Amino acid sequence: MELSDYLPIALMTLLGIGFAVASILVSKLLAPSNPTPEKLAPYECGIVPLQDPVERFPVKFYLVAMLFVIFDVEIIFLFVWAVSYKEFGWAGLGAVVVFMLMLIETLAYVWKRGALEWNVARRQRYRRIVAEGHLEEAA
Amino acid sequence: MTTPEMIHRSETAVSIELQTPDMTLNIGPQHPSTHGVLRLVANIDGERVTDVEPVIGYMHRGYEKLSEVRTYAQITALVNRIDWVSGFANEVPFIAGVEKLMGVEVPERAQWIRLILSELARISSHLVFMSSYPLELGATTPLMHSLREREYILELIEEVTGGRFHPNFNRVGGVKPAYGGGSTTKKQSMDLPEGFFQRTADAMDRMDVICDDIDQLVTGNELIKMRTVGVGVIPGSKALEYGLTGPNLRASGVAYDLRKADPYLTYDQVDFDVAWRPEGDCYDRYVVRLEEIRQSARIVRQAIDKIPSGPLQAKVPRVLKAPKGQVYSRAENPKGEFGYFIVSEGGKIPYRLKIRSTSFSNLSILPWILKGQLVPDLVAIMGSLDFVLGDVDR
Amino acid sequence: MEFVDNFWFQLVLKLAGILGVVLTGALVVIYAELKIGSHMQTRIGPYYAGGRWGWAQPLADGLKFLQKEDLSPTGSDRTVYGFAPYVVMMATIAVFVVVPFGPDMVGANLDLGAFYLLAISSLSVLGVLMAGWSSANKYSLIGGLRAAAQLIAYELPLVLAVVAVVIQAGTMSLNGIVDAQQQTWFTIGSFNISAPFIIQGQILGFAIFMIAAVAELSRIPFDMPIAESELTMGYLTEYSGIRFTMFFLGEYASMISLSAIAATLYLGGYAVPGVHGNIVNLLGPGVLLTKVAILVFVIIWIRWTWPRLREDQLQTLAWTWLIPLALLNIAIVSIFKVVF
Repeated sequence: MELSDYLPIALMTLLGIGFAVASILVSKLLAPSNPTPEKLAPYECGIVPLQDPVERFPVKFYLVAMLFVIFDVEIIFLFVWAVSYKEFGWAGLGAVVVFMLMLIETLAYVWKRGALEWNVARRQRYRRIVAEGHLEEAA
Repeated sequence: MTTPEMIHRSETAVSIELQTPDMTLNIGPQHPSTHGVLRLVANIDGERVTDVEPVIGYMHRGYEKLSEVRTYAQITALVNRIDWVSGFANEVPFIAGVEKLMGVEVPERAQWIRLILSELARISSHLVFMSSYPLELGATTPLMHSLREREYILELIEEVTGGRFHPNFNRVGGVKPAYGGGSTTKKQSMDLPEGFFQRTADAMDRMDVICDDIDQLVTGNELIKMRTVGVGVIPGSKALEYGLTGPNLRASGVAYDLRKADPYLTYDQVDFDVAWRPEGDCYDRYVVRLEEIRQSARIVRQAIDKIPSGPLQAKVPRVLKAPKGQVYSRAENPKGEFGYFIVSEGGKIPYRLKIRSTSFSNLSILPWILKGQLVPDLVAIMGSLDFVLGDVDR
Repeated sequence: MEFVDNFWFQLVLKLAGILGVVLTGALVVIYAELKIGSHMQTRIGPYYAGGRWGWAQPLADGLKFLQKEDLSPTGSDRTVYGFAPYVVMMATIAVFVVVPFGPDMVGANLDLGAFYLLAISSLSVLGVLMAGWSSANKYSLIGGLRAAAQLIAYELPLVLAVVAVVIQAGTMSLNGIVDAQQQTWFTIGSFNISAPFIIQGQILGFAIFMIAAVAELSRIPFDMPIAESELTMGYLTEYSGIRFTMFFLGEYASMISLSAIAATLYLGGYAVPGVHGNIVNLLGPGVLLTKVAILVFVIIWIRWTWPRLREDQLQTLAWTWLIPLALLNIAIVSIFKVVF
């Protein structure tokens, strides 16, 4: 494994950049440029937007994103074993099985905990809790 | 031990820390799934709609006011433009009301022709739903197939009336003499085109096949079921409170159909079942419409057998004048109860015409039903109510 | 012939060839989508452009897009907005460097090929998120975030499915994986039987990979990021002209790239059974592209048949079905590999 193996990738990146620059140049040459305020207004179904997109958008998938990071990092260990399972033999398999059981257990935990649920009833229940003023208790 | 309650409390605490403002999103007027120019001002919290306010009036054409300066015959041309997907069905209650006001007896054959064309309009309207609803859920192919089938129905309507969308076929006292007829008082009025009944019967047989096809391709699709079953449930009591009518009401377990409850035209002489479902979700509203296509085909077949021969027009004076009085006339349109309240002070033009349009009433449930739904469900529910903006704004 | 053997000459030729294949391939797939979709809907589709069967339609569309004004909306982050389509395009093109079209017909035969591939192909998420965030448009914002949530959720089953293949092949080099599928699987009498991995017990892995691939492509039934009946056009709403073309080309090019990866990992890649030596270099590209064409057809077929899922159903499918199944797949493959 040498670094020069990656030379084609660097070259391809250059080619890609060349393609991008060329396409922009051609477009600049051919396309008209006649912006007007109305044309540049963000599209919101023909209505002048009442407000800008909010700065802090509620990302309901943040939990999913965190789970992803955990899983993705753990998968790297699997790759290491995958290419050299022969050397590790039975001991390696045992270790990987234990490791995978831990992965599955993590998944089962978050599943049971409700992190994978996006459904309606649960959210409504949550809203009711907010509405009924259980906040002080929760906090 | 972790109880469900504790989970929710911790969730609440996290959400308080990460408080984010709601975003106001305009859905419409220029939006692919609002069936025209409906505008929904939705407050959304991530993917969830916390509050929604429909804004209507982008297609207001002032038909009620226009009617006050037009003769009864001229208004017929206006009213079939209210719900353009089922143009003919809009004319029927209006013309029936005017006839009631003037005390005109309509020949039997004209009544049957109105019934057949109303049912054809119902089929074509429901076929539009069958094409647009899957499209809103993301399936593009049913659009083409259903619209192709609708072409057969529109051709039949065109054959008789000369118009595909806006037939303007009803006259006070009967129907317009079919092609080349001329004035009713001078010449012999002509009948329906030759072979029309045969072609209609064939088309109805085709509709049965098509309904089975749609059943297999769309209704049976697992993804369609995932998107519609249990989504946007309207309980029967809520539906009645908000004044829903038509398939939307019948899907909520209320088998109320004006064709049975208050028969007009000759609906009391045909045999059909009122399609209804108990659950009131999007899937049921879809299935009810599919079943109504089958029932309409059944009605049309019976009508073809039962239609008597005779004149198409009753004798009416040349200048139509209504006596002083008022009348409310209604009919079961493809989308629900469609009514006209006509007030006459005597003379050639009505003093006031109030249109009770179906979609307007059906739309009134939107703020209630959309509250707390996800954005994708918002589209699914809106589509399942099957409204037409021309019908909402008039 | 010294000139032809020159390392640099060969490399540039190969890379230019790959770029050519990707771009023409994308145009061909666009045409195929138009035509196949039309016929599935009992339409004719493009008919006039180019004279016969409308073959030049995608080309004409591309030329049209070149002549369209390239707008960036008020309030947008112009740098990020401008770069986003090229991030997507570059990520797609860079994948092709390691896809082997023949024993020597490969841009770079990396030892870590499979790893590189997964790393690069998930880069396009970044471009989509950039596009959604910088557009100053609410639909774009929601679309971009949907795309991010979706792509990271489906990255896992995709990676886990590839892990199983790596275990079976014992190497991460893509050429190595293709070779492994030509090794003797078992012998009947004097016949050495070899088979692609899909037959050697990877059918579950292949199914998971393809489902995850369609989700990565954001195509129906997983096209929530651009769901036109909800978000008008999602993160693409504000794009026009050349930048829109880049997204468009990128989408179809990545259809080819993911199909090529699936064909390499599961369907035997460029290999022709019973044929060895230099001739495979000639036959290889044809064989691989045929397999790619079949997979692309299936993806198009799905798009014109199904409706789309809902955002939460998509997450449920990924986390509660595909990931456990992918883990099960790894367990089965590794146990079989160590035992036998």
